[in-house]
Amino acid sequence: MQVAPTSPQMLDPPRQATARSEDYLWTLNFGPQHPATHTTLRLVLKLEGERVVDALPEMGYLHSGFEKIGEHLTFNQYVTVTDRMNYISPMANNVAWHHAVETLLGLELTPRCRVIRTIIAELARISDHLLCNGAVGLDTGAFTFFLYAFYQREVIYDIFETLCGARFTNSYTRVGGLSQDMTPLVVEKIRTFVRTFPKTLDDMERLLTRNRIFVDRTRGVGVLTRAEAVNRGATGPVARASGVARDLRKDEPYLAYADYEFQVCCATAGDCYARYLVRMQEMRESLRIITQAIENVPAGPVNVGIDQRTALPTKQQVYSTIEGTISHFELSMSNRGFEVPHEETYAAVEAPNGELGFYLAGDGNESAYRARCRPPSVLHFALFPHLIRGHTLSDVVAVLGSLNIIAAELDR
Amino acid sequence: MPFPPPAVDDMLAALADRFGSLETSVFRGQTRVVAPETRSFELLEFLAGRGFDLLVDVSCVDYLDYREPPMGMRGGKGRRYGLVYLLASTATNQRLTVRVFVDDPAPTVPSVVPLWEAANWLEREVWDLFGIRFAGHPDLRRLVMPDEFAAHPLRKDYPLQGRGERHNFPVITRHES
Amino acid sequence: MAVTDSGQVQLPENVVVSRLDALANWCRKNSLWPMPFATACCGIELMATGASKHDLARFGAEVFRFSPRQCDLMIVAGRVVMKMLPVLQRIWLQMHEPKWCISMGACASTGGVFDTYAVVQGIDRFIPVDMYVPGCPPRPEQLIQAIIDLQDKIQREGTITGREFDTAGRQARKRALVEIADPLSVDAARNPVVQRELAARAESYAGRS
Repeated sequence: MQVAPTSPQMLDPPRQATARSEDYLWTLNFGPQHPATHTTLRLVLKLEGERVVDALPEMGYLHSGFEKIGEHLTFNQYVTVTDRMNYISPMANNVAWHHAVETLLGLELTPRCRVIRTIIAELARISDHLLCNGAVGLDTGAFTFFLYAFYQREVIYDIFETLCGARFTNSYTRVGGLSQDMTPLVVEKIRTFVRTFPKTLDDMERLLTRNRIFVDRTRGVGVLTRAEAVNRGATGPVARASGVARDLRKDEPYLAYADYEFQVCCATAGDCYARYLVRMQEMRESLRIITQAIENVPAGPVNVGIDQRTALPTKQQVYSTIEGTISHFELSMSNRGFEVPHEETYAAVEAPNGELGFYLAGDGNESAYRARCRPPSVLHFALFPHLIRGHTLSDVVAVLGSLNIIAAELDR
Repeated sequence: MPFPPPAVDDMLAALADRFGSLETSVFRGQTRVVAPETRSFELLEFLAGRGFDLLVDVSCVDYLDYREPPMGMRGGKGRRYGLVYLLASTATNQRLTVRVFVDDPAPTVPSVVPLWEAANWLEREVWDLFGIRFAGHPDLRRLVMPDEFAAHPLRKDYPLQGRGERHNFPVITRHES
Repeated sequence: MAVTDSGQVQLPENVVVSRLDALANWCRKNSLWPMPFATACCGIELMATGASKHDLARFGAEVFRFSPRQCDLMIVAGRVVMKMLPVLQRIWLQMHEPKWCISMGACASTGGVFDTYAVVQGIDRFIPVDMYVPGCPPRPEQLIQAIIDLQDKIQREGTITGREFDTAGRQARKRALVEIADPLSVDAARNPVVQRELAARAESYAGRS
């Protein structure tokens, strides 16, 4: 079919097009409700074809005012809120919070409490890494891997439930101690877990570590160099995968970490695959710590003594000693409680995601004057545009998954 | 108690050489330095060049109803906001806290994004929640609150339950949806 | 199908007589496709519910779809904050009828422990909710129970035309029974009672002059 030139406009020479190169880009909104963001993140991607030219991350879709609540709840009450902070490893947050409070108060924990806290923090690290790596697998198409990972998380949930009655949001620690002591049943369950978990871990590694699809999708994607990792404030597995050998468990040994043998897992590649490998290896190291700790839990009380006036005394002490009665009475009265210095401290632990610290300002009250949380996720999410630039759209989920951004910790 | 981080006496001596006598204090093994408001960027730049390569956190405390000068340091006397810069060194594991005190109206400090890229979002968060401006920040927008939000919620004069912003939305009934 | 002399209907085997409503409900309740609006901790328990141990597939509601266009059950898991609420409303409006909503956990239902400036104190203030699940977060068993209860509710109350959703219409009809005409309004002029009254007054005025 022939088209005859009919109108004079069509015979005119074409007008000079003045499109700039960015007019050919298109913008894609990703989130805040998208399965691969896991929770509530939002990315505005600028694409050239399938290639990501730029990304504009946005957060705050889960900002609930945690730090403001911290100024209104007492040190013991606020632990429930920290559960909901990094909700894939609440125990680690509990430990971090009360570690900070005890640093402010200058409390010395009992040996038994230190060891139990170490064990639960490591169990939390395992469950966190399981979910993180499982989700990376899920996002890159390995659903079975996710089911393997989640099944082991259920085992850890079960241990926590036997330990403190809550399977998920534990609120297990207290100022100067724990809400309850570990029972022999828990010890037995942890022993079983330590025995059975390596097999699953091997299975998981067999499924994914040398899986061609997974390796192709993660290797060389989202590379973070060492200098950038430090300058941009990355911590935890993200920094260690880039070769920053910084692990607070070694560098500032808190709790009982100085007593155990374990290695800091590092990689130098700095890509998504390295982050996956570091997490897998860290689970093995955590297991090593738990193995050493669970067989040598010191006897004795889990809470600090009555003389410290911070942890509630046992019922035995309340009913049979005058100090116990007085201490219980004072701690339970709303206008008494314990002494908090007019001071400010920062204390951090190596949470599964990186350095999780709290900057606390005390003003003599039982609640903090200011409870600032230093969340690793914020700094990791800020890395994202830097990591994704130049990669394709399908790499977005791989990079996002490997950074393990938890929205509630991100936004607080 | 955790092992306190390594001492920073050498750094304090170097700081004293450069900036004259600065107010410092130590509590639970943590060293704090008060930077003069006008020279805060210079001081942080000096520290960044001396091995403090990791900016752990930037945050702020509103001392509106605090009963005494914070941490017993006279640098904060009569100032409403105290900024907290937590620095660390990945090589020596030293830690140092730098405090900068500013006051209403229009509290402003120079941005440290040129020194540490990590400060970018942390400073945006402080601007969002405390309303402290960071001069020279490349992209000082709100970080967590919606753009149309008017207040700075972590200030002490802002109520915990807010001022009704959380209920200010249209209602979708079963009939309409 | 045949009718006997005594007027009874005889059905062949494998044929059941039912109402059309019941048939539609039976289909709907057994093919709930959830839309996981997972924002926070409850989202992880929602994942646990779908994952290997608890396995939501046993109850016919495992087809999680992340596009609101394909779903008919929204599970709001976790707290909803000021910045997120417009997104939630928009997604709710994007879902097709018939649709239901489960508010999972204390935060979604009431704001939970987060009585702060940013958190919406219960999503039912802004969108309709069919089922509330208590707990912080609820255990997977609780969520499964909620889904079973919702299935019951659909079976009991559902209609093929979706009349049960017309709550506003029902309210309006209920109100109409007790509405009394305002004698001072313009419309009142048409009210027979008022007209009689006005006529009587006019008569009396006429008599006076």
